[in-house]
Amino acid sequence: MSVEPSPQSPWQAATIARIEKRTPRVTSFWFRPSRPVAHLAGQHVDIRLTAPDGYQARRSYSIASAPEAGAAIELAIERLDDGEVSPFFHDVAAVGDEIELRGPLGGHFIWQESDGGPILLVGGGSGVVPLMAMVRHRTLRNNAVPVALVFSARVWDEVIFRDELIGLDDRRDGFDLVLTLTREPARRPSDYSRRVDARMMAQAIERLPKAPKLAYVCGSNAFVSAAANALIGAGVPAEIIRTERYGV
Amino acid sequence: MVTRGFFSGRRPPSDTDARIPPGQYLEQGFPVLSAGPTPRVRTEDWSFTLKQGPRPIKKWNWAEFNALPQSKMTRDIHCVTAWTKFNTPWQGVMVDDILADAGVEPPTAYTLALSFDGYSTNVPTKDLVTGKAMVALLYEGKPITSDHGGPARLLVPHLYFWKSAKWVNGLQFTERDEPGFWELRGYHMYGDPWREQRYSSDP
Repeated sequence: MSVEPSPQSPWQAATIARIEKRTPRVTSFWFRPSRPVAHLAGQHVDIRLTAPDGYQARRSYSIASAPEAGAAIELAIERLDDGEVSPFFHDVAAVGDEIELRGPLGGHFIWQESDGGPILLVGGGSGVVPLMAMVRHRTLRNNAVPVALVFSARVWDEVIFRDELIGLDDRRDGFDLVLTLTREPARRPSDYSRRVDARMMAQAIERLPKAPKLAYVCGSNAFVSAAANALIGAGVPAEIIRTERYGV
Repeated sequence: MVTRGFFSGRRPPSDTDARIPPGQYLEQGFPVLSAGPTPRVRTEDWSFTLKQGPRPIKKWNWAEFNALPQSKMTRDIHCVTAWTKFNTPWQGVMVDDILADAGVEPPTAYTLALSFDGYSTNVPTKDLVTGKAMVALLYEGKPITSDHGGPARLLVPHLYFWKSAKWVNGLQFTERDEPGFWELRGYHMYGDPWREQRYSSDP
């Protein structure tokens, strides 16, 4: 039933090794590629689904796992009700399934130790995924670069990687988590309950020992536009802001 | 490789099949993608420069550029992130008319499109002339919004849409095919959607 791609094909089969629900709308899938791949924190892979009649659908998904996390790469996929690929993952895909994957890809929205810091990360909803790879990479490398992550979610239960992020925040090792909930009161004393704005960004920057060297913003187009404007309003130079938008 | 349990899909109507390149899906909206914050370029600060290497050939301000002959192009566009949008209507100045106003023939085989935010992208010169490309000023008859690249963006609709540089402020003729912003970051030097030239490793 499954035909191996030709050796020169950039596509390869990857086996779903594990599935874990993260929030009501986001589930993590761990893919074990048949040919091991090395990725950088912030990169994405392309996924291709093929129907029996040959019809194919492909989408890009950011990698959530750190480069050093092991052979399986974690993709945290949000269910889009009118989507074509995400409902397949949420409703059909099972451990052991083979999925075609290409990558890792992307050379802009990445953070490596050599990039240094401090860094300011701003994520909206599942836009946190590539930022999570950066945070995890920093932790696993015992890197001391100061990092502030401003993570906007609608409600507490939609904060992806919540326990892990709060655990990292509690280490007080230079990683600072700022949560802002747009449809619920804040749960932690230092968190917010509103959409991102310039004052919130200025306060996040104050948590860093000095001005950020790089800022990374990821989320929906509306979120990224608002967050990038908020950063510029807080005095962050446009040249150091890297954005990744879902498009819509 | 057939994917277990994947049947449904969002197949385009069969009469439009021939207009959708491989790996693309039909999008009704107009998604926004960019590598950085959206620059707000005021038309009073806008200019467009034609260059050969570092040497300027001619520079236009907003009023001068808008006084050039304007043309309309309605085209299907294809983004490397896999969406295709049909019948996007643009109006602007054909690259042919920019060259004619400057009084030059294309001096080299390669061009870099340059943008206000430091973005650049490379396009062979032959893909910009003979009616293939324009610097667009209007979309659907209205000024192009800043998130879609206004006041002016390049339109090279037969290549993946990252080649249609947003916030364009110049064309620079180069002796060699110099990679631009995304081409330095793993994307294809040419970007033909019909040959699915998305990434640098694609043939």
